[in-house]
Amino acid sequence: MMAVLVVAVAVQRNLFSVVVLTGIYSFLMASVLVALDAVDVAMTEASVGAGISTVLLLGALYLVRADEAKPMHRPLLPLLVSIGVGAALVYGTLGLPAFSDPNAPIHTHVAPRYLNDALRETGVPNVVTAVLASYRGYDTLGETTVVFTAGAGVVALLRRRRRDGEGGK
Amino acid sequence: MKNDLVLRVVAKLFTPFVLLFALYVQFHGELGPGGGFQAGVIAAAAVILYAIVFGLPAARRLVPDAIVESLMAIGVLIYAGVGVAGLLLGGAYLDYFVLDRDPVHGQERGIFWVEVGVAVTVSSVMLKIFSMFASRGHDPDE
Repeated sequence: MMAVLVVAVAVQRNLFSVVVLTGIYSFLMASVLVALDAVDVAMTEASVGAGISTVLLLGALYLVRADEAKPMHRPLLPLLVSIGVGAALVYGTLGLPAFSDPNAPIHTHVAPRYLNDALRETGVPNVVTAVLASYRGYDTLGETTVVFTAGAGVVALLRRRRRDGEGGK
Repeated sequence: MKNDLVLRVVAKLFTPFVLLFALYVQFHGELGPGGGFQAGVIAAAAVILYAIVFGLPAARRLVPDAIVESLMAIGVLIYAGVGVAGLLLGGAYLDYFVLDRDPVHGQERGIFWVEVGVAVTVSSVMLKIFSMFASRGHDPDE
């Protein structure tokens, strides 16, 4: 079903439909993540991917025309490149350990320590929160700074241009 | 959409509950799924819903631009401040064990404030990006 959506997004020329379809895709992705027991990630995907991004894309769409321009040349080279990259990624997944293999490196490295000691060390029952805010606090600080930088960049770009426009009138 | 009665009533009813849900996700994030990032996005979504139905100027009266812009930086400063507090209390940067006499309680306190910082920054950045996009091509006094 998600594959059908991706093809529809690629084929569709009306950008409004594309935005709605990507929102549906995000919701399906969130359901997949719930099925994988990654509830925190699913919540983020549903609120950010399906909610805020859709609203922001619609807001951007409001400023431009709703139909995608016809491409100037045949998209053969990009198609070949993406098929090549996709094939390389699929080839890479062949080297991964089997899904839900208990002896996979990801399950034997730091995960047991987090699962066993997080509640005792941090007093926070949700291990995801404990890892995010405590064990990996530096990473999350970096992420917050990235979000701030993105916001500051948008403010810097859009505000200056608006003032120029007013000055021209 | 300002003149649609159904939308106006539903949006007005919805906004406080969405904000309440954001607070729940924020403060319940230590026990269930959720946390600062999700709570910030949900809180921003509540204000964006209000802005879409009642117009951007109404939302700007609700949350003035100056507050949103300063909150963007304040969130990061809260997060970094937790790290500095750990330094001042004799630990390493972002070391929560020293924030309270009981190390476990110190961890809880550190995680709580860090999540607050994340939520503040994320919600104000999302709101700011939305209002920057939405105000372009509009008359601000519409």
